[in-house]
Amino acid sequence: MSAECPECGSKVELPEDAVENEILECALCGVELEVISLSPPTLELAPEEKEDWGE
Amino acid sequence: MNSQSEERKVRLGLLLSNIRLEEKLLIQEAQRRPDVELTLVDSREIVLDLQNERSLDVLLDRDISQSRAMHALQLFQNSGVKTINSYEAVRVGGDKLLTSKALHDAGIHTPRVRVAFTPESALSAIEEMGYPVVLKPVDGSWGRLMAKIENRIAAEAILEHKSHLSSYFHSVFYLQEWIQKPGRDIRAFVIEGETICAAYRVSDHWLTNAARGGRAMECAVTPELHQLCVRAARAVSGECLAIDLMETSNGFTVHEVNCAMEFKESLKAVKADIPARIIDYCIKAARAAQHQKEYQHV
Ligand SMILES: Nc1ncnc2c1ncn2[C@@H]1O[C@H](COP(=O)(O)OP(=O)(O)O)[C@@H](O)[C@H]1O
Ligand SMILES: [Mg+2]
Ligand SMILES: [Zn+2]
Repeated sequence: MSAECPECGSKVELPEDAVENEILECALCGVELEVISLSPPTLELAPEEKEDWGE
Repeated sequence: MNSQSEERKVRLGLLLSNIRLEEKLLIQEAQRRPDVELTLVDSREIVLDLQNERSLDVLLDRDISQSRAMHALQLFQNSGVKTINSYEAVRVGGDKLLTSKALHDAGIHTPRVRVAFTPESALSAIEEMGYPVVLKPVDGSWGRLMAKIENRIAAEAILEHKSHLSSYFHSVFYLQEWIQKPGRDIRAFVIEGETICAAYRVSDHWLTNAARGGRAMECAVTPELHQLCVRAARAVSGECLAIDLMETSNGFTVHEVNCAMEFKESLKAVKADIPARIIDYCIKAARAAQHQKEYQHV
């Protein structure tokens, strides 16, 4: 299963156990991506870090 | 009366937005348990009302957004859902000033702190504390916007820059004494009164956060470390959290607690199965909550 990186256009391989909303990294350009849908596999740029984000 | 309830599934909710490796491991762990019915509660999609919402036994907070987590937990908790951690713990853990106060009041060694609300008073506090000093946003994480201030010229520049930042949190100047630590700090994981494991976070930079490239190495949980971390967890009423400590010539000093802690870097170094232990605890807490509710209904 693979989808196109919206930033650099390269093919990003989704892990076998991918889930919706999972955050991935594009191996080519390094941008953070969010899995928007699994069928069809679709990636969008992950949300930008907000001020209240953390652990 | 219990035979029926023992067979009932545990309704576990995971409060989250972004799914990082941590959340994925927790989801996979929960899905492996035959007695768990898992619901993903996406804080970007939920609309909460003030009425009772009791379709969960337990809600585990894994939200990357602290403000969403805090408000959602308060509503779930008030409508009878057991939340991990509690709203109170997340409120204290998410605010460095409340954390320092809780640790201090519990008699736990924690770095010396001053708080001021204007650049001018902050500057006099810094001058009084002596250099270097660390300035932190009270609500920050991942080492974000932290400053080590080494002299008066740097202090003046940073305070001026801060006064131009938009969030009102930047008008709270939380200052902490500089701790000379040995190129690492310690992250220890506490679940239900037990320090299950710990890892050093090693870095050439003074910020040792994994988000900043700090690498994990196993750290033995001595009885001293175990007891200190359990006391720190109790001081903030946390049930399942990570305690961050530094080593000083004078023993450990606790500088932070993290309620929805990240653990992917630590997992590389420790033997404990952190996600499994978290789900174990969720199930246990949910069973206890189920029994309590049944008891109330008799
Ligand atoms: N007073 C201090 N002296 C020296 N190093 C510190 C001090 N406070 C924090 N640090 C280092 O800075 C990093 C982040 O600090 P912390 O208070 O945990 O904030 P955050 O919530 O951003 O993680 C940690 O790696 C810690 O080792
Ligand atoms: Mg920290
Ligand atoms: Zn790319």
